Amino acid sequence: MSSMKDAREATMVGRRTDGTRVSRPLSPHLQVYDMTRITSAMSIMHRATGVAWSVGLLVLAWWLLAAAAGPKAFAAVQWFLSSFLGMLMLFGMTAVAWYHTLAGIRHLVWDAGHGFDLPTTYRTGRAVLIGTGVLTVLTWLIVIIAWG
Amino acid sequence: MSEKQTTAIRMESALGRVRGLGSAKQGTHHWWMQRVTSMALLPLTLWFVLSVATLAGKSHEATLAWIAHPLNATLLLASIGLSFHHAAAGLQVVIEDYVRGEMPRMFSILAVKAACWLFGLLSAIAVLKIAL
Repeated sequence: MSSMKDAREATMVGRRTDGTRVSRPLSPHLQVYDMTRITSAMSIMHRATGVAWSVGLLVLAWWLLAAAAGPKAFAAVQWFLSSFLGMLMLFGMTAVAWYHTLAGIRHLVWDAGHGFDLPTTYRTGRAVLIGTGVLTVLTWLIVIIAWG
Repeated sequence: MSEKQTTAIRMESALGRVRGLGSAKQGTHHWWMQRVTSMALLPLTLWFVLSVATLAGKSHEATLAWIAHPLNATLLLASIGLSFHHAAAGLQVVIEDYVRGEMPRMFSILAVKAACWLFGLLSAIAVLKIAL
């Protein structure tokens, strides 16, 4: 092992059975888990959608700022949001928002100590995925009705 | 909680349990606040997504009138504060997990916190300017 670059490495030094030292990976090491499994795939998706939503908050800030700034700035943000790219982004954000919300509820239930057994985990996982699809379509039905 | 979980061995001393705080002296505050904000954001997100969906294609005046309504302005401000708090807390954990090196990690966390504060304030000021 080379010199330590990170204070946390002090607690991550282990030894193999033959005695050679090994630096344990940081959590949650993506390269270790099988990402084709619904459990691990949905776990990292929760993180990814959280990060995506944080970026989406910038769009919200832009929208509010433009509305406060005046008609010209508001027309610009509305032009972008109603463009193909803008609509695609908003549709993606809707799916991201519902996924992170539903998966978040699943996490809160876990935090309360329920639903850890594998059949329940798979069942709630599928429910989150189906719920995301249903709520995203429903939201956009409202958008289309409101727009029309 | 099942019987099995409650009788598990505690990985802390009795004194540690009384004090309830770890080496960072914050205990589970960060983790708990992430849960508190997430619970508060559940109804707020539902309200926000459905409200914004009905605002699609509305004029500038109609949008301003919606934001300026005291109830909408209040819920918007609550959503903004909680969302940026939740985002900052979540992004911090992501950075702590993936960014190596004490300095790059610390500075990326500080940068994310600064951005969340500034964009949160910017959004709140915009709502207040419209509503007041």
